[in-house]
Amino acid sequence: MTEAATEELLDKKMNAVPLKMVGKDVSVYYGDKRALYDVNLNVRENTVTALIGPSGCGKSTFLRTLNRMNDTIDGCRVTGTITLDGDDIYDSSIDVVELRARVGMVFQKPNPFPKSIYENVAYGPRIHGLAKSKADLDQVVEQSLQKAGLWNEVKDRLHEGGTGLSGGQQQRLCIARAVAVSPEVILMDEPCSALDPIATARVEELIHELRTNFTIVIVTHSMQQAARVSQRTAMFHLGNLVEENDTDKMFTNPDDQRTQDYIMGRFG
Amino acid sequence: MSTTLLLAILLVIAAVAFVLGRMRAGALSQGRSSALHSRPNYYGAFVALAAFLPSLILVAVWLTISPFVINSAVRDTFPQEVKNQSEAQQSLAHGMVTTIARGLPFLTEEEIAGIRQDPSTLQSVFAARRFAVAAEAQPYMLDSAATLNAMSQTSRTTLSALALLLSIVGAFFALRMVAPRFRARNQVERVMLWSLLLASSIAILTTVGIVASMATEALRFFTMVPAHEFFFGTVWDPRFAGAGASSSGQFGLIPLLAGTLYIGFVAMLVAVPVGLFAAIYMAEYASPRMRSTAKPLLEVLAGIPTIVYGFFALVTVGPFLRDISAQLSGLVTGDYTSFIEAQSVITAGIVMGIMLIPYVSSLSDDIITAVPRALRDGSLGLGATRSETIKRVILPAALPGIVGALLMTASRAIGETMIVVLAAGVAARMQLNPFEPMTTVTVKIVNQLTGDLEFTSPQTLVAFALGITLFCITLALNIYALYIVRKYREQYE
Repeated sequence: MTEAATEELLDKKMNAVPLKMVGKDVSVYYGDKRALYDVNLNVRENTVTALIGPSGCGKSTFLRTLNRMNDTIDGCRVTGTITLDGDDIYDSSIDVVELRARVGMVFQKPNPFPKSIYENVAYGPRIHGLAKSKADLDQVVEQSLQKAGLWNEVKDRLHEGGTGLSGGQQQRLCIARAVAVSPEVILMDEPCSALDPIATARVEELIHELRTNFTIVIVTHSMQQAARVSQRTAMFHLGNLVEENDTDKMFTNPDDQRTQDYIMGRFG
Repeated sequence: MSTTLLLAILLVIAAVAFVLGRMRAGALSQGRSSALHSRPNYYGAFVALAAFLPSLILVAVWLTISPFVINSAVRDTFPQEVKNQSEAQQSLAHGMVTTIARGLPFLTEEEIAGIRQDPSTLQSVFAARRFAVAAEAQPYMLDSAATLNAMSQTSRTTLSALALLLSIVGAFFALRMVAPRFRARNQVERVMLWSLLLASSIAILTTVGIVASMATEALRFFTMVPAHEFFFGTVWDPRFAGAGASSSGQFGLIPLLAGTLYIGFVAMLVAVPVGLFAAIYMAEYASPRMRSTAKPLLEVLAGIPTIVYGFFALVTVGPFLRDISAQLSGLVTGDYTSFIEAQSVITAGIVMGIMLIPYVSSLSDDIITAVPRALRDGSLGLGATRSETIKRVILPAALPGIVGALLMTASRAIGETMIVVLAAGVAARMQLNPFEPMTTVTVKIVNQLTGDLEFTSPQTLVAFALGITLFCITLALNIYALYIVRKYREQYE
């Protein structure tokens, strides 16, 4: 079966696709300030879900609740439930470290560690003990870099510094680093906002390929990018979820007037 | 007119000049501020500076030079036989003349006439006016003193007149220069720039002066004691002349340097782990409230004078170590003699280490906090725990900065004096037992320079050689630390 055909099939079956993560009545407070109002949003398996909306609408906040990165912010409080494969991730029996190994994250600005390319990718497998031997680790690193489409560019200089790569390469290195842990879900927070158009195209292509193995949630400011890479789109405004729909429908015939206005560029 | 009064009047003139300059600028602009190149205040400041600065410089130069001119003139009035005496005698006479000159205005006409008839009464007359005169006065001294007073008076009057004149002329010409297109702001800012430059060069020039004075004294020492005997000598035994010894003793630097480095090493052994752990806790684990109370408290330690740490070592830590070692050896061998002496390397090292903790923790804390948040998030986002993140990402990233901070701390440890004086003793010995006293370079500098000494013997001059050696070591450490810190900075910006 060709890739295009697979995709078509996947798109058709969209509504039959099982739910990977379910957010129910999710609200987030930073101190006294409420940033998110009772958001109900589902993330489907092996699907790219795009979160769009104007700045400050809460889309990044929601993304960060999915692997509890908000825990690192002082005074941040989350209510409601979020489940991963049916288990509440805010339950006290869940280890946040284990959760983040299952739900990985790629950030807005490429943030490779000041270590070699190899060490950057090997970091996750090492701390989680995913590789039993040096050969195992080598293999994980190579596979991850291949999945991130970076292998051919860096295979001769694996032991040089990761910070010496170009911006786009650094971001793909960060994706490889996330992939190396074999997560089930990958969260991407505006992964292309610091990249030039060519590097952006490269990363978008990559997101497309990763979809076969991973569930992806991506926050983006670019409507075109959401249209290009995602199958489902959720629109946020002022901390509320305005609309969640198939991407095709969202960009051609949205249910909500605010979505229409935002997509047409009337605000935001 | 006294200098204070003169300066006050100059300031008043400057203030008036400021107002006048601003008014003139306002008048020229006819209320349209766009017609002026600079804001009216700058015109005022320009006129004020023109009125004040040249006069100030004149006063400063005049007050520096005039004493020399007057002195030589007064010495010229001395009789020939005094001039033939030695320089020391002459300056003694000159000193008396100065004292007499100071007292002269307070005497009555009759008293002066009385002294002229019998100069030997001068001392008692002056004593009655609470002026102590060292020796019996000579008749010519009264005349010289009168000359001195007259000349000082003339000098002051001339200076006041000139300064006031210059101030008014300066203000006048500056006022004439005020015009709409005149760039007053640029002129004022140039003056500010020069004053900033002056301030920074004072600090640098002082350092150069200190080094130069140390170097000249050290060179004098090396003419008496060969450099290789100083730098490579292993015995420190500077005998003071008059102690019955024919030679001037031995000045070996090595035992002192060994003591300095040994005590510094023990101190770092205490300060580095404790300080670093404290910094990691403060930067990574402490809640904001905890941090905002604990950090200032820790930094209070840095504000304690080192002599107080010295007491602490002398009366608390030293005896405590001695007693505990006695107990220990009693338990093990049954013989209750202490193997740690109250004054020892370890006492000084521990107390100095405590003193250094806030330096290490405060500097390291700043460096750890400066590691970008993105790196923390990146690691946590991969499912690393906090401690894994610290160990594998943050500390490696902060390491060059921390090493730099530690080197700076080490240079403080090497330069520390008061703790060592009280806690480590003064015995210059070469040994490896940390439980026995040793001494450091700084302690020996203090030793060699306290007491009633002449600054021509090698026993005192050696202090300068020690000082410059110490200076070179700490300077090298600081430069290396700066180099490392700078290299680290390049990675993140």
